[in-house]
Amino acid sequence: MTITSADHGAWPGSGVAPPAVGLDGVSKNFGHVQAVRDVSLQIESGEIVAILGPNGAGKTSTIDIILGLSDPSHGHVSVYGMQPRQAITKGLISAVMQTGGLLRDLTVGETLEYTASLFARAQSPKEALNRAGIAEIADRRVGKCSGGEQQRLRFAMALISDPELLVLDEPTTGMDVEGRRNFWATIRKDAENGRTVLFATHYLEEADAYADRIILLRHGKVVADGTAAEIKSMAAGRTVRATLPGATEAMLRDVPGAESVEVRGETVYVHSNDSDAVARYLLTSTAARDLEITARGIEEAFLALTGDDAAEPNTGSTVGSSTGESS
Amino acid sequence: MSTMPSAIAPDLSGRQAPALGGFNLTALKLEVRRLTRNRRTVIISLVVPVFFFLLFGLNKSYDTLRDGHGNVAAFVMISLALYGAVVATTFGGAMVSIERAQGWSRQLRLTPLSPVAYIIMKIMTALVLGACSVAAVYITGLVTNKASMSVGLWIATGFSVWIGSLLFAAFGLFLGYLLPAENVMQLIGLILALLSFAGGLFIPVSQYAHTVQEIAKWTPLYGLNQLVHTPLLGNGVDWTWVVNVLAWLIIFSWGAVWRMRKDTARV
Repeated sequence: MTITSADHGAWPGSGVAPPAVGLDGVSKNFGHVQAVRDVSLQIESGEIVAILGPNGAGKTSTIDIILGLSDPSHGHVSVYGMQPRQAITKGLISAVMQTGGLLRDLTVGETLEYTASLFARAQSPKEALNRAGIAEIADRRVGKCSGGEQQRLRFAMALISDPELLVLDEPTTGMDVEGRRNFWATIRKDAENGRTVLFATHYLEEADAYADRIILLRHGKVVADGTAAEIKSMAAGRTVRATLPGATEAMLRDVPGAESVEVRGETVYVHSNDSDAVARYLLTSTAARDLEITARGIEEAFLALTGDDAAEPNTGSTVGSSTGESS
Repeated sequence: MSTMPSAIAPDLSGRQAPALGGFNLTALKLEVRRLTRNRRTVIISLVVPVFFFLLFGLNKSYDTLRDGHGNVAAFVMISLALYGAVVATTFGGAMVSIERAQGWSRQLRLTPLSPVAYIIMKIMTALVLGACSVAAVYITGLVTNKASMSVGLWIATGFSVWIGSLLFAAFGLFLGYLLPAENVMQLIGLILALLSFAGGLFIPVSQYAHTVQEIAKWTPLYGLNQLVHTPLLGNGVDWTWVVNVLAWLIIFSWGAVWRMRKDTARV
């Protein structure tokens, strides 16, 4: 499940630049719970990457490790070739958190003034206010701002150091459709100048619409990593149903192309990207009959990939690599 | 596979960490402003000690009653300045509990501000308010023209009270990291009132029953209260007072560091 960096091509004239984010065999345990399990990935400069997965898949734990808020139990993490904390002190990474992170008794303007003062180099608070479109509420106490205004303030705080990498943890939680669209329009516009964006989401559509690359997490493991199109084609695999008396799941797992299998009485269900191969095998090498092939919906397939009863991910299910095909 | 159009290695050479771990006067100014926005803090640390001085320090007999190198009104003034300064610095330190509850501490960890610079900024903020408390009580003493001691003693005792209140900035940080934000401020008011009685800030410890006196000598305001009155009384320093202050300073600082480590570890 490793990403081959060779696919990203040579850096023209720049030698080998360190990736924006590099995770190498990273695991995170909380007691007996393994929140992150052996995750290895690289994110290159300029990519817009979504970490997609249901709640509890390890998205926030992974992001906390990238931000240096928690240390991995095993493995190695680097941001622009540095320790996360070092990258933060240099103003290379910023993050917008889901909730909190604001002092209610400061005004909007003071919050930006405070934040800017902590960096070696930062935009002027005034400039940041204007860019975020919150200049008119500069004198308002943060505690009296609406949720949307607070989110815009968080965003302005994150951008005040002009970071190379912007990390967003479920940034649109609680926003309506309109707010969500505006938010992403701003992010995309911002990313055009080469900023790397990494965001966590549990909305498939959001990852699909706004990310160049999607990393799918389930139970702390990377189950898929590729472009939205690749993930979709993979997630949208087919189900082969057949009647096969005496079949066991163990036996069906060896069927070529099978991703997950299920046996209900005499009926077997094999989920696969290559339903032809599965059908051919079942009909020629087993006593299967009444064979039927059905397409899965994307949502259903996403659930199949990330749900609790999905088969354990194996290396074969990982889409080879990703390239940031910008739209 | 296509190569990325935006595959331009970012220029990181201009990126530097801030000096002094991010400590700066702009942030300090805003911290002080925040502290003074809290009405409860201002009332308890500035208004209450002044009010107490007007109530208890202006007893007629105190004008003429000598007490060491000054009068009793000066003695009371020093006690109440200490009370105000201690409340101010404890509140200043305990502000971290509110910051933890609002997720601000976590937010700061996403900025270059180092934990040491943050703590120093908190302590300095607490000391600014502590200085205001001392000034408020001393100015009241000056204006009412009751407290009497030499100019040198005004400065020496005022300065001792202010520096001594540093001990309670550590106490405040400890409580701020230990207790949840909802009740930490109410609790501090109560704890400090008890400690002030035990330390002899409101009533001289010598007036308590013997057992109470013995217990009082171990409490954190006792040694400090004795020490800040020493220049006025001119009675010399008892080493047990110094030990009291240093021991509590170590306990509070250790407690604050211990809880802070626990808070930021997030394992």
